[in-house]
Amino acid sequence: MNSKLGLDSAKIAKARALAASIAKNVQDFADGYTTVAVERTICRLLGIDGIDANGVPLPNVVVDELKAQGLLNEGVIYYMGAAVAATGLTPNQIAESIADGKFEISKVHPISPEESEKALQPFITASIEHIRARRARREEYLRTIGEGPKPYLYVIVATGNIYEDVVQAEAAARQGADIIAVIRTTGQSLLDYVPYGATTEGFGGTFATQENFRIMRAALDKVGEEVGRYIRLCNYCSGLCMPEIAVMGALEGLDVMLNDALYGILFRDINMQRTLIDQYFSRVINGFAGVIINTGEDNYLTTADAVEAAHTVLASDIINEQLALLAGLPEEQMGLGHAFEMDPMLENGFLYELAQAQMIREIFPKAPLKYMPPTKFMTGNIFRGHIQDALFNIIGIWTNQGLQLLGMPTEAIHTPFMSDRFLSIENAKYIFNNMKNIGDEVEFKEGGIIRERAHKVLNDATDLLERMNEEGLFSALEKGIFGDVKRPRNGGKGLDGVVAKGKNYSNPFINLMKGVK
Amino acid sequence: MSGGLYSMEGKDFDKNLDLKAIKPYGDTMNDGKVQLSFTLPVEKGDEAIEAAKQLIKAMGLDNPQVVFYEELTPGFTFFNCYGSCKHTVDYTSIHVPKVESNVMDMHETDEYIREHIGRKLVIVGASTGTDAHTVGIDAIMNMKGYAGHYGLERYDMIEAYNLGSQVPNEEFIAKGIELNADALIVSQTVTQKDVHIKNLTELVEMMEAEGLRDKMILVCGGARITHELAKELGYDAGFGMNTYADNVASFIAEEFVRRNNK
Repeated sequence: MNSKLGLDSAKIAKARALAASIAKNVQDFADGYTTVAVERTICRLLGIDGIDANGVPLPNVVVDELKAQGLLNEGVIYYMGAAVAATGLTPNQIAESIADGKFEISKVHPISPEESEKALQPFITASIEHIRARRARREEYLRTIGEGPKPYLYVIVATGNIYEDVVQAEAAARQGADIIAVIRTTGQSLLDYVPYGATTEGFGGTFATQENFRIMRAALDKVGEEVGRYIRLCNYCSGLCMPEIAVMGALEGLDVMLNDALYGILFRDINMQRTLIDQYFSRVINGFAGVIINTGEDNYLTTADAVEAAHTVLASDIINEQLALLAGLPEEQMGLGHAFEMDPMLENGFLYELAQAQMIREIFPKAPLKYMPPTKFMTGNIFRGHIQDALFNIIGIWTNQGLQLLGMPTEAIHTPFMSDRFLSIENAKYIFNNMKNIGDEVEFKEGGIIRERAHKVLNDATDLLERMNEEGLFSALEKGIFGDVKRPRNGGKGLDGVVAKGKNYSNPFINLMKGVK
Repeated sequence: MSGGLYSMEGKDFDKNLDLKAIKPYGDTMNDGKVQLSFTLPVEKGDEAIEAAKQLIKAMGLDNPQVVFYEELTPGFTFFNCYGSCKHTVDYTSIHVPKVESNVMDMHETDEYIREHIGRKLVIVGASTGTDAHTVGIDAIMNMKGYAGHYGLERYDMIEAYNLGSQVPNEEFIAKGIELNADALIVSQTVTQKDVHIKNLTELVEMMEAEGLRDKMILVCGGARITHELAKELGYDAGFGMNTYADNVASFIAEEFVRRNNK
């Protein structure tokens, strides 16, 4: 591709090679471990769902029992396979029996890992086929009713009540939204279980549950058929239940998932070892399900300065790309994050933003980039805020972003009203249409502000990757390289859910899903 | 729809400013002009417009004008409207409780602490409860600060500890004791369903139960926090929109001196 910014392709290749080496070190570590979340995900893939008499999800019942008995290192597959072979029951029936105190999984007669996998084969195949059918269904919709042009218009709903969210989502789809993200309730990322059933109470968002996914998916399919455009559904698999939510999304036909360990480490204080292990399996699942992942680099700029820290966003995007490739997730599903977060009072700030957005576009030509609107400098002056969002939209169409997260004039005041979403969608549609081909028409002056800015950010990012490659990602995170936030390797939440894999450990889903369409 | 470029409306009202009876100002004193937008849960049409106008009148606005309307989705119509407010407010009788301190900049505050206290003040801050937002506490505490106002970490005479977000109240208090804090500062960003009120109240009650309330200065902040609300909840001060580390640091320094000179 011909670079409009005159970016040095050798430099980009060097940055990628450094990131690949950083990612490989992380992966080598992650390969030796499993977590409670990974094992609960396997439970769900074996068809275990529902809750016990106390409301505890059955996947937690099974995994907590194995952990309490000190058996988690061999994994769910090993013990559940033996239990199925011995009893002829389904994994879900066994989970119910464990919950009722009628079955002791630790007492089951062990069989070889191969025999275990064989005993579970029908259940494994059923979930693989289910996810495949879900993916085919999306592709069929895209073939028949089609989709909106890129950048996709992405809006959030966040009422706390899934049924009210449906009303808001339908309205947004009719107004022109392409992606509906159901914001999760505050604090869900720190729960080490996924709540069950339809929910109507949340703070600042709605619980991610499989039933809520189902309700919203059905509503969006219906409104998509009405407006003649497939409407994508987005949720969040970050936090302590990362792979579990990924699999629930895969089973229910979600299209986009926030999926970023670095975000959880920095902004939710989740233990880095735990979440990087969890991330690998969740990305394998998302890759197989055809889900676009979103990464959270934009958040770095809410705590660090958007001008000074621009290169950390790029460096993190490249690392995230390499980590995703190791999980078999194709570039076409990488919604790498970046943002329009500079102080609006900065002279020529728009030029810097334009330079950076174009740079990210050129470095990741196939990725459906996730472009985040201004949030840090939204003040409550809704009128100026609407203009900040307009400038953001201009860059979105100019640099051909993938997912345009629409800014709301009332950002920093409340979760969006129905009318806020209307105004934001109107803003984006006006600009996207009115400036449609500006990117094809305008080139950037050699030696000018825009090219120089892009070169500087790429250089700084490459230097940073060089340093990080020397010390490794874990130690870089301990030093606060991203977002000015420092996190200790053994600190944060969820480390007690990590165990080294035993000699009988197996997870057949990795081979069945990784890099497979 | 609108009155066009030039307003031909009669202006037969008193155009003198009377601070005992003020009302909104559009382009003429006492014209009472108010701009508002809202959505009604009805389909668009003449009845919807009439409903909007009646509602505007019921809000105390004369001459209601609907200048724009659009159905957002079947059964929900959005309106942009204007009207002239009938009501007035006696500005001369207003009293608003405010944080009683001089706002000093970083150097002045450092100097003040050096002179009047003679040691560093220990300040521990967090976004507590389930609130995952660090933006507020970071704006006050981070070295860099916000909008050109340096954060507490940069002050020579303040030892600042930012515990980040989602800190349970028990942990926050425990850390305060461990670090021998002179002041605790709490940020609350999420305010849906008044979750911040419950959380802030819980912190005060726990501190009282532990006999700590008088030993530490307790301050809260956030976009929806006012000094009045903070006082009501039992805090020493509250800092809302458009306040910075300067405001917080000056208050804590002066309050510390006030308490210790009693």
